Amino acid sequence: MLDISVSYNRYKFLGYEFLTWLWYLMEKDREMLRRMDPEMTELDMGNRILLENHIHDAVESITIRGDDAGLEEGILALRKGAFVTELSLIYKSGDQEWRFTVKGESFHIANLKVPESGVVETKDDMEGAVLEKYYLYEKALRWLDTFFSYFIKLRLSEDWQAEVIPQMRKWIAS
Amino acid sequence: MGLLSSTVSITRYKVEGKLEEPVMENVIRGLRKNSLVEIDNEPLEKAVGWTSFETPFLPRFEGDSFIVGSHFLFSLRIDKKSIPAKIVKKYFDAEVAKRLAESGREHLSRNEKQDAKEHVVNVLSLRIPATPSMYDILWSYEDASLWFFSTQKAANEELETLFTKSFRLTLIRLFPYTVADLSAGLSEADRDALSKLNPSRFTE
Repeated sequence: MLDISVSYNRYKFLGYEFLTWLWYLMEKDREMLRRMDPEMTELDMGNRILLENHIHDAVESITIRGDDAGLEEGILALRKGAFVTELSLIYKSGDQEWRFTVKGESFHIANLKVPESGVVETKDDMEGAVLEKYYLYEKALRWLDTFFSYFIKLRLSEDWQAEVIPQMRKWIAS
Repeated sequence: MGLLSSTVSITRYKVEGKLEEPVMENVIRGLRKNSLVEIDNEPLEKAVGWTSFETPFLPRFEGDSFIVGSHFLFSLRIDKKSIPAKIVKKYFDAEVAKRLAESGREHLSRNEKQDAKEHVVNVLSLRIPATPSMYDILWSYEDASLWFFSTQKAANEELETLFTKSFRLTLIRLFPYTVADLSAGLSEADRDALSKLNPSRFTE
């Protein structure tokens, strides 16, 4: 494997492309989202999206935030060549909801809020509470791994260039 | 934001290597040997060490107290003393004046000033208590996976250093490339192709 710090910087674009592709799927191909995770009832954008555009040596950052924020500015940034660098998501499975932000370059999961779990009242409740939280965190992380694994295999296939890129270009231009 | 908080942030790691048997005893040894040592009465500005999840102000690793299900659960504690710059300057000026008066000279050399500053910081460090910060860790030994409940760069770096020192195992951060390379189930040919990838263009 390549040196960690070299690979972190050299392949940051994989995380950015993954998040941009996720946005595309949420807008244009929800059927594929459901196929990848049959337990998922909904996947929606949260209230924050960050984009970056590298123009020569300068970096232009665009932040869209707010529960009812319009995404037109984001699409406009994509048209100028930007990528999504950070994306807030709302994931639903059954009647439970997870909210979290994925950072493209580091894959840090930030502001992860999981469904309500039992209250810790005594020392004996602690182990159960930790295991319950573990299960709830793992569900969000497993979702991320499943989708990223699907993405990376698609990204390495001929379909990426032949089919996905043209469809995403069409979406961005429309 | 600890493991049981209402919202958390997580950095994920793959743990490279295996501990010698008996594993649990070796984990306890690593935790005890590098547990947090209080610096409130020491002339030190920072301390980093392991502490207990349930009793972070009383690091104690006994029996299976740090085992939950099939995971090891403990915390990283970083204690720091923050001495305001203006207080350092106030005491430094007084120390310089005292040394000049004692020596009968008009100026101190650069090295003497440095020495005076170190003396002042040491004296103040003894009087100011350290501010503790705790970061929870969930280590799934069998899965070679570790979750660190912080995305702060400095805390992650302290974790990586102390973990290697304590257990002689390496933590590999899971970011897009390492996830793809280590856990996406790629074939050798795909991994080779992965290393040659270049950014896509979504605009014509």
